[in-house]
Amino acid sequence: MSTLHDLDAIEARIAARGVSVFYGEKRAIDDVSIDIGADYVTAFIGPSGCGKSTFLRTLNRMNDTIPGARVEGEIRLDGEDIYNSGMDVVQLRARVGMVFQKPNPFPKSIYENVAYGPRIHGLSASKSELDEIVERSLKRAGLWDEVKDRLTDSGTALSGGQQQRLCIARAIAVEPEVILMDEPCSALDPIATAKIEELIAELRGNYAIVIVTHSMQQAARVSQRTAFFHLGKMVEYGRTADIFTNPREERTKDYITGRYG
Amino acid sequence: MGQEHTVKAFDEDITKLRGLIAEMGGLAEMSLTEAMDALVKGNLDLAAQVIQRDRRIDSLEAEIDKLAVRIIALRAPMADDLREVIAALKIAGVIERIGDYSKNIAKSADKIEQRKRFEPLTLVPAMSDLARGMVHDVMTAYAARDPVLAKAVVERDEMVDAFYESLFRNLTSHMMENPSTITSAAQMLFVARNIERIGDHATNVAEMVYYAATGEYLTDKEEKA
Repeated sequence: MSTLHDLDAIEARIAARGVSVFYGEKRAIDDVSIDIGADYVTAFIGPSGCGKSTFLRTLNRMNDTIPGARVEGEIRLDGEDIYNSGMDVVQLRARVGMVFQKPNPFPKSIYENVAYGPRIHGLSASKSELDEIVERSLKRAGLWDEVKDRLTDSGTALSGGQQQRLCIARAIAVEPEVILMDEPCSALDPIATAKIEELIAELRGNYAIVIVTHSMQQAARVSQRTAFFHLGKMVEYGRTADIFTNPREERTKDYITGRYG
Repeated sequence: MGQEHTVKAFDEDITKLRGLIAEMGGLAEMSLTEAMDALVKGNLDLAAQVIQRDRRIDSLEAEIDKLAVRIIALRAPMADDLREVIAALKIAGVIERIGDYSKNIAKSADKIEQRKRFEPLTLVPAMSDLARGMVHDVMTAYAARDPVLAKAVVERDEMVDAFYESLFRNLTSHMMENPSTITSAAQMLFVARNIERIGDHATNVAEMVYYAATGEYLTDKEEKA
């Protein structure tokens, strides 16, 4: 069982209950239950191989593509079981967007990178509406001023930090409810990292954001709730401030203070 | 705190910080003992030593401040490490005050007249022993990260306060009965006041030791109980 701090109930966008993930025989995630809402940014921390990324990926069924991967338990998005056979996975991934460790813009123009999602999901009726979505998404991602005069340039021509914000704009463009970020800053310099972190703070409230990070300082800076994973289990979950000043579990303490052997 | 940090230099920094606090606490305790001795016996050489030692205590505080700031900046301590460093910063400030009070007591050594016949001189050492015991035990609690011992020190402060109240009454009536000793008796009031403050400061240190060890504030705990 996980050590769960006494917390106010949150309005859960995603509610995971008793989730276990198997890769063939190997149990990668063991009985994890957690609520994720838009009021707080949630950080998943833990040593490499602890299962935090695996768990993140189960939240929009990214593990489906891995042969032998199997999920037990229940994950509900606004009350709807996402592993239900009737669930449209493409639709699910629009509602639960993802930003990866390495920025991965399409080898297309900046404009097309953002317009692609709304177009395939039929979110715009006209070119002018699509233009609006692109502009709004780039603005929310804090990238508009830097790219507004060169929307036809290739997305891959941007700097790493700009590319990552472009990927965030791309995720936002389809009006998701949840944004999953898997180490979004590990390939970025400190300034670009700070911009992403500031962006996360601005997006909070509108989207339920989950961030997986190896940087404890980053988890402390951007999140209000932190879950510590170890060997596939969610060891402890609580307010970020409590986890980083007074964790209840010895394993949490050893990890965040740099004693993890 | 049993397990070592993966980065060994971190442990070395923390160990050094704790060593400096222990040294500072030891010096402050010694100063209080010697200040009382100097006062009671009128030993002005000893009083001068106490006054001299206060500089060393002050410079230790500055050293602890610098080291703590460096640890925070370079190592970004978390959880009990963070509490440890913050507690060290605050404890150093408090011990510095204990050193000052001992210095004040030492400065009173040459202001007592007709020492042999001045009865209140025999009362203050018992009070000072109580406060000194608190300082001693709180430093032991710090070294052992012992919240139980720290809590016991906090509870002893009441005894020092009660002692102060009774000395205060004793000294005021002594003044009324022996107007010729008012100057000396007034000095003794200051001394008693300084000892009472040392008890309060030992209590503050104990509260920080408790916080560093448990992550909880003793005062919060008592309010809940």
